[in-house]
Amino acid sequence: MTAATPVISCKNVWKLFGANPEQYLKSLSGNPGFDEIRQAGYIAAVRDVSLDIAKGEMLVIMGLSGSGKSTFVRCLSRLIDITGGEVKVEGQNIGEMSEKELIDLRRNKMGMVFQSFGLLPHRTVLDNVAFPLEMRGQDRHERRARALEVIELVGLSGREDYFPRELSGGQQQRVGIARSLAIEPDIWFLDEPFSALDPLIRREMQDEFLRLQEMLGKTIVFITHDFDEALRLADRIAIMKDGVVEQCDTPDQIVLNPATEYVAKFTEEIEKSRVVHAGVLAHEVNGHSLTGDPVGDKQTIAELARLLVNDSRDFLPVANNTGTLVGAMNRQEALDVLLGAGS
Amino acid sequence: MTDQTMTPAGNPQTWTRSRTGWTIFIAACLLAIGNSVLPAGLVRPPEWLVLPFADWINALFVFVRDDLGLLYLTRAFADGVEWLLDVTANLLYGKNRWPRIGPIPWTVIASIGFVIGYALQGWRLSLLTGGTFVWIAVMGQWKWAMETLSVIVVAAPFSILFGLVMGILAWRSKTFERILNPVLNIAQSLPHFAYMIPVVVFIGVGPKAGAIVTIIFSVPPMIRMSLLGLRKVPHEVIESGHMCGSTRWQLLRHVRIPTARTEILVGVNQVIMQCLAMVVLASFIGMPGLGQKLLQLLQALKIGRSVEIGITIVLLAVMLDRCTKAWATKQPEHFEKGTSFAVHNKFLLLGIGLSLACLVLAQFIPLMDQIGRRDAFTISKPIDAVADWFIVLIDPVTQWLRWFLITWVLIPIRDAFLWMPYAAVLALLAAAGWAIGGLRSALVCLGFFGLIAMSGWWDRAMITVYTVVVAVSIAAVMGFPLGIWGSFNEKRASIALLICDTLQTFPSFIYLIPVVMLFGVNDVAVVGAVILFAAVPLVRYTIEGLRQVPETLIEAADMSGATKMQTLWKVRLPMALPTIMVGVNQSVMFSLFMVIIAAFIGTQDLGQEMQRALSSTDVGKGLVLGLAVAFMGLMVDHLVSTWARSKKEALGLE
Repeated sequence: MTAATPVISCKNVWKLFGANPEQYLKSLSGNPGFDEIRQAGYIAAVRDVSLDIAKGEMLVIMGLSGSGKSTFVRCLSRLIDITGGEVKVEGQNIGEMSEKELIDLRRNKMGMVFQSFGLLPHRTVLDNVAFPLEMRGQDRHERRARALEVIELVGLSGREDYFPRELSGGQQQRVGIARSLAIEPDIWFLDEPFSALDPLIRREMQDEFLRLQEMLGKTIVFITHDFDEALRLADRIAIMKDGVVEQCDTPDQIVLNPATEYVAKFTEEIEKSRVVHAGVLAHEVNGHSLTGDPVGDKQTIAELARLLVNDSRDFLPVANNTGTLVGAMNRQEALDVLLGAGS
Repeated sequence: MTDQTMTPAGNPQTWTRSRTGWTIFIAACLLAIGNSVLPAGLVRPPEWLVLPFADWINALFVFVRDDLGLLYLTRAFADGVEWLLDVTANLLYGKNRWPRIGPIPWTVIASIGFVIGYALQGWRLSLLTGGTFVWIAVMGQWKWAMETLSVIVVAAPFSILFGLVMGILAWRSKTFERILNPVLNIAQSLPHFAYMIPVVVFIGVGPKAGAIVTIIFSVPPMIRMSLLGLRKVPHEVIESGHMCGSTRWQLLRHVRIPTARTEILVGVNQVIMQCLAMVVLASFIGMPGLGQKLLQLLQALKIGRSVEIGITIVLLAVMLDRCTKAWATKQPEHFEKGTSFAVHNKFLLLGIGLSLACLVLAQFIPLMDQIGRRDAFTISKPIDAVADWFIVLIDPVTQWLRWFLITWVLIPIRDAFLWMPYAAVLALLAAAGWAIGGLRSALVCLGFFGLIAMSGWWDRAMITVYTVVVAVSIAAVMGFPLGIWGSFNEKRASIALLICDTLQTFPSFIYLIPVVMLFGVNDVAVVGAVILFAAVPLVRYTIEGLRQVPETLIEAADMSGATKMQTLWKVRLPMALPTIMVGVNQSVMFSLFMVIIAAFIGTQDLGQEMQRALSSTDVGKGLVLGLAVAFMGLMVDHLVSTWARSKKEALGLE
């Protein structure tokens, strides 16, 4: 497998709920709307979704409740069988896998974190975290050693012998995260992992999560209904509505160029300067004379606000973290983003 | 019932339904009024309508027993059970069978009881468990109680295992569940005696038969609870199991069953309570133990001694109930790192230590080993004295009450029930069914009572119906106000609920003791026992229903300036009604059971016939009678739950 092959690849994935969805899907021609399908007595949870997820990428799927995002992530792990299309994980079509192959895939490649944690109430933290290892038949000693390792990673050392109900919500979700990491999965699914937590704890857990991701560099599918959370974490965001992906792009592009009205409504309230990076606004140099210190391409416009206001240059050089020049940023354009003009 | 009927405007469909209901009702009234001019075929079921169900069932039984050879299977199973019973009998009361090491000294069992109670909930429960065994030993009832317990110890695990397996099967297969559900419904509304007759045919009488009837009788709730528990496991927990790569078996063994632990243990609790209730009643088929003693003493009107036994049975029931409930609700707790082995296992060590100490002491002090009849205490004399004094004291009242009830209430109502032409009764029930649930409910009512008419036991059935109607009505008149009164403040409600819960754990047999004491052996005593037994669920559900009314609604009523009475009548009672109806439903079920049990103190209803069927081991007749009782219960259950469901929907509670 080359670096270019996507880890997960979906083609025209459909998920319909109803009496006889497969037959109904075959009878469909064109692309009927959500309401039309509903009138036929079916609920369209996922409609004709195609997208690829690259290795090491964090894709955030954002949508309000009922948009089909949770169903979609369950299609990716085959917790739910899809009605049409195909899902390939590392080139293998998971819809065609036997039960044994699927179990093997989950035992070695996939981890999942759930919104309401999904912990086993009768097992201690240690036994919960070791559960996937136990399922694949590792011996007690190895299990314990590995579980303690991940428990330390999520900062729960000293609570190994606690039972889930003796922990706070944030701590329980740490257990959920530790369990999903125990088998060292390549692909990590997180289904609204922080939605059940208080805002303060949620923020803390997001930081924790970013720290973990920096260390581990997994391929991640992250579900949320919180647009701020999506912007904060994502490499790419897929916005879903009524089972359809309205737009799938980087956070910068989503706030700068919303593809549909629905996406635009989300971005309206967002302070764009906090999302857009200098690198995105960098254009080809095209003979402009660039003088002075460059700005970093990973810096947001908000971070550059003082400089943008005080500087007198028309074009600012933008450089990446190795110091190489990547382009020139039009100061006026950047100021427009900062002040919210022209949107 | 559809939600359409609930629209306040009253759409045409509602109107038609209620009109049809009234039409049938008027027809029923006309049939009743015209009783004397009706053709005989409408007054009592004509002979051609009465089908020989009993003969058919008997033929089927003979076929299954002899031709299919089921007898060998049941006998083999019974022999296995008997072997286990012998083991426990030897251990608990020293029956001369393998392994011949018993009886275990009573102090050892009592100390284990103490430790189990302490481990499960603390010293209060330990006093109850240990104290129960001390009481039993000191009162010289050890052997009888152990005879009873030895059967429970064998029967309960069988039921739990059967129930769990059946529950899992029903959860796995929708078809199996669809078949099982009606069977369970009927099984749970068949009176106890109906189970005994086939068992006597297949297995005979004695402890072995007692154990088997107990197993059969106590399985249904376990199936129900296992199924419920497996259904209730949160979706995400199962998904997390899948994502951890569990196979199906691993998922069941490590995820589903442990997560359903509480429901399954509640099932265990119900199994054990059912076992106790049945074991006590199994005295009718020669099961020795507390039940048999109680039966003999009651028949001999030895009040003091029967009260003693009654207390023992009650203590056992409460103890078993509290222990299993404590087990069900007990949540695991962790030990801090570095706790020693001794602390981890303190209860186990304590139990072993105490048992060994008692075992050694028992070798030297005979009283710690066994307490014989001669050394035992008895409080029967003072109880008899108090009871005699009390009976003499209130004799004028009871005499008058008995006279009044019999001449002015019971006999007139019974005659009225018997006077009703069966066609009128059927029409009346159809009208009720129609009004509550439309055509379907009307057909259900007709079906159930039509079958009773065709069984040929119409008069007997009417006597049962009359007893239940009278008893439940009186119980309601007493129970509702009591429940309303009990619900007014939190403290009172919790005390009242505790009393109701405790009363509900008593085996039905116990309720006969006080009424026999007061009224002797007659109709009034039967109705009295049924009233007592039926009032408990009424009070309980009234309180629960009233307490469950959302606080905001009451606050809203208060802020609207409602007085206490207005809040009660306009807000709390209407909201609580569906829950209260569940109580009514249970109350009817309990009364039916009680009426049948009370047969042995003299009734002329289905119960008496069932006793006869039992003594002549007539399976067909017994089952027909049992089914007749079950059908009455099922019909009421259908009507009440249909009504409650539509009411709940209308109130937006579901």
